[in-house]
Amino acid sequence: MTDIATSPLVEGRTGQWEVVIGLEVHAQVSSQAKLFSGSSATFGAGPNEHVSLVDAAMPGMLPVINRFCVEQAVKTGLGLNAEINLFSVFDRKNYFYADLPQGYQISQFKDPIVGEGSLRIVMADGSTRDIGIERLHLEQDAGKSMHDQHPTKSYIDLNRTGVALMEIVSRPDMRSAAEAAAYVRKLRSILRYLGTCDGNMEEGSLRADVNVSVRRPGGPLGTRTETKNLNSLRFIQAAIDYEVARQIEIIEDGGAIDQETRLFDTATGTTRTMRSKEDAHDYRYFPDPDLLPMIVTQDEVDALASALPELPDDIRDRLMGEYGLSTYDASVITEERDTARYYEAASDGRDRKLVANWMTVELFGALNKSGKSLENCPISPEKLGELVGLISDGTISGRIAKDVFADMFETGKGAAAIVDEKGLKQVSDGGAIEALIDQVLAANQDKVEAYRGGKDKLFGFFVGQVMKQSGGQANPGMVNQILRSKLDGA
Amino acid sequence: MTENNSEQHAIDTSTIQKIARLARMEIQPEREQALCGELSTIISWIEQLGECDTANVEPLASVTGHSLPMRDDVVTAGNEPEAVLSNAPEEASHFFVVPKVIE
Amino acid sequence: MSDILSMTAVAARQALDNKTISAVELTEAYIKAADDTADNNAYVLRTSDKAMEMAKASDKRLAKGEAGLLEGIPIGIKDMFCTQGVETTASSAILKGFVPPYESTVTENLWQDGAVMLGKINCDEFAMGSANETSAFGAVTNPWTASEGPLQGKALTPGGSSGGSAAAMAARSTLLAPGTDTGGSIRQPAAFCGLVGMKPTYGRCSRRGIVAFASSLDQAGPITRDVADCALMMTSMASYDSGDSTSIDAPLPDLMDAFATAKNAGIKGMRIGIPDEYTVDGMPDQIASLWETGRKWLEDAGAVCVPVSLPHTQYALPAYYIIAPAEASSNLARYDGVRYGLRVDGASLDDMYAKTRGAGFGDEVKRRILIGTYVLSAGYYDAYYIKAQKIRRLIQNDFTNVFADVDALLTPSTPSSAFALGDESKDPLSMFLNDVFTVPANLAGIPAISVPAGLSSDGLPLGLQLIAPSLREDTLIKGAAILESAAGFDHVASGAAS
Repeated sequence: MTDIATSPLVEGRTGQWEVVIGLEVHAQVSSQAKLFSGSSATFGAGPNEHVSLVDAAMPGMLPVINRFCVEQAVKTGLGLNAEINLFSVFDRKNYFYADLPQGYQISQFKDPIVGEGSLRIVMADGSTRDIGIERLHLEQDAGKSMHDQHPTKSYIDLNRTGVALMEIVSRPDMRSAAEAAAYVRKLRSILRYLGTCDGNMEEGSLRADVNVSVRRPGGPLGTRTETKNLNSLRFIQAAIDYEVARQIEIIEDGGAIDQETRLFDTATGTTRTMRSKEDAHDYRYFPDPDLLPMIVTQDEVDALASALPELPDDIRDRLMGEYGLSTYDASVITEERDTARYYEAASDGRDRKLVANWMTVELFGALNKSGKSLENCPISPEKLGELVGLISDGTISGRIAKDVFADMFETGKGAAAIVDEKGLKQVSDGGAIEALIDQVLAANQDKVEAYRGGKDKLFGFFVGQVMKQSGGQANPGMVNQILRSKLDGA
Repeated sequence: MTENNSEQHAIDTSTIQKIARLARMEIQPEREQALCGELSTIISWIEQLGECDTANVEPLASVTGHSLPMRDDVVTAGNEPEAVLSNAPEEASHFFVVPKVIE
Repeated sequence: MSDILSMTAVAARQALDNKTISAVELTEAYIKAADDTADNNAYVLRTSDKAMEMAKASDKRLAKGEAGLLEGIPIGIKDMFCTQGVETTASSAILKGFVPPYESTVTENLWQDGAVMLGKINCDEFAMGSANETSAFGAVTNPWTASEGPLQGKALTPGGSSGGSAAAMAARSTLLAPGTDTGGSIRQPAAFCGLVGMKPTYGRCSRRGIVAFASSLDQAGPITRDVADCALMMTSMASYDSGDSTSIDAPLPDLMDAFATAKNAGIKGMRIGIPDEYTVDGMPDQIASLWETGRKWLEDAGAVCVPVSLPHTQYALPAYYIIAPAEASSNLARYDGVRYGLRVDGASLDDMYAKTRGAGFGDEVKRRILIGTYVLSAGYYDAYYIKAQKIRRLIQNDFTNVFADVDALLTPSTPSSAFALGDESKDPLSMFLNDVFTVPANLAGIPAISVPAGLSSDGLPLGLQLIAPSLREDTLIKGAAILESAAGFDHVASGAAS
């Protein structure tokens, strides 16, 4: 972990700029019921079906907290190496909005359940960076307003109202869109390992508000903007890129950045001022008098800590330390728990590095191309291990293995079965290979002369011809060896 | 209060307008002047609290002295959109309906 | 009929058990009494058909020997309690037409115990007021009238915010009345109308289904004709409710037993504190002398009375007028014209909100929302809200300190007897001052009771208040039983049904 990333700078018309990014990620707790009411927190219901009288803020209806949600917040805090606050308080954040029935959001302002922590990201070049976590708190999600159903009306669905969210606030420690994306990927990975959030960005289980500012390298922080509710890695990066360019242009033109909330337009890839939030900044936070201070005991925290699964960083370190994988391969393999499990099963008793290579290149490539996921992958980990085993013991060559892999992916059959069925077993019989070589040399007497006359490069030609004659099945090492002795030793 | 001179807290019409806006509550213009007087009287009366020494006193938000009770993660409510919408001033196909919101 | 109406709830329960009367007869008598006294404007909604059905069901249960604690007892419900299928407005125009699809826990407890619902009762709008003059349904008239002096011939306030409930009790158009008390809203009207009113320990009665005014202060409790009825009704109303996070999971002492014990054995050895700071400027002599008389009554029954000091008392009222409006400003944000109640159309969502809330809230509610919004707003939060919460801590500490030495405190309930309608509504500050003796118990979350103790020189009821430590409603009932016996208060309002 020594390669600490250096800040990538952005070149402007008037010089270089440093980008400063902080993220507020809203992660939906994977609970059955909502944070403060007994209605379902799941997706897919008809309008206002997953709504209790508490969610609809009926007069006199009161919140009661869901223990499971509190536990998930503690687990997530532990996974982020963060301080767990045994005493925390729920506050009301007061503002008016059509999908906020109470006229306030129950959140944690002054005393959140989780304090400072950190998370390590690995970039594509293998460099790493530790991103600070400022806090994690529990809060209610808002409902949904639909503005496109009617020319002069908005339609309100409260199904999401009151669903438990963990708001995870980072320090402004990221310096590029790629780092921000790596941060969200890593955070999602931890959440999914822990099982505290399903991390599904398309369904909105994981959304990010992105705070962006620019400054001269080493200079004072610039004014930041907040772009809200980004629900894909691509949008996060696009919004940051757009904001960085916009802000640099304004400043270089002599203007100033307004501290404001912005919306990302997914169609155009641009951001714009959010009008409805213009004057809503006086939230009048105060402790929610319907709730009492929340006490979590150290014993409860310890019990959750002891039941915590192995997290991606632990597994990654193990893969690097014990199996000698590269930082990047190990990071890619451990990003998802399923991937790590697949790898562990596939590489058991095999060449660990070779399996890692086959997974990150061939398997992920094929999955990507076919739109499949590891969950419905036609090749089981044991079968991938079997394929790598066949390479390692010389039964097939790497090139043949690619064909076998494609066949396995297509049919789901085992590697050995395909090799047998198609007669792809590598020819390692010295006599047979010698016979092939003799044929090739006999048919190309002129080239043999030329080679012996000093045209060393023709060696590759002979190897190619022999392999071609063998239908790719000749053991390339043996071909090389015998050919060399025939050509050079005669 | 302790930190401020009480004279500063006379409430003027612009303050009334600002807090009425925060509270999303229309105030008839002819009431504004009277409200300035009423609120100023109340606020300056409240400011007698400034006399009381509260150094090193923890604010008290809840009197019970208990911690927050918690419930199990079980679905026990919902699936009654008719009840939820039964009092709605305007609804359409199980949605609440409001004047169009421009974001 | 007059015999029926003069029965207390305990007496009526016995008569029902003995089959001397039926629940239907009892309910009919109260329906007629409500008709006869309709001029006082205590009821905002009558549910007479429902009452008759419930009474018939009670008679069946009585016949089968399955009677509940309040079987057949007709009760009018303060409009702050949500009642399933029955319009509930908190006496505000903004909740006009709101029919809750749910029942408050407290009223559910009453119905479970067999009580009969007579209707919904007037109160100050969102319980904000001390004279029942802020109601969207108009003021309520106190059935009591002055026999002489400047108030003679004038319509008087029943107090507030449970003014309608106290007026209906004094007019005998309900046999029991649940109230809510945020700063004195049960005890002050009870005192003004010659009734017993108890605010129990915060958390004793569930707040679930009660329209919220100030959540950390609101507490439901009984308004009754006498102390025994108070013990009975409190027993029904109280319950631990997992639907209210601030509900207390501690058993209610046996209040009926406490009552009987005090009646039989007195209160020998009970230590009663007389707080110095409750002697306020301008307190009428007759209130000071009633307070002194109350002290003697308790001593005669074996109590030891000692002077005590609650040094932060003077700050209770201003602290309350920060905390209560702050919570109210947030609690009332939900009345926005989207899901229930009034909507006034507007050009935009914000315009609709502002118009709806501008039209739907009355002046007092608006004033408190504005104050509450102001004291929570950026730049003022620490100076006002946090300061008030620190004062609240000091007030609670004051009580904790004195309760190390005494079992209860004796104070007057109110600084005056009932005043004329219209006298104080123009001056918000003088209205606030009505709560000077009642507010500290709300801030500390401790129980308190007002007991009718005598009449003023102009013939109006006056009350004495007992305040006890948290969870000690039994101490209140014991002390109240003694005060009640000694006072022998058997006056009936001139406006009572007969």
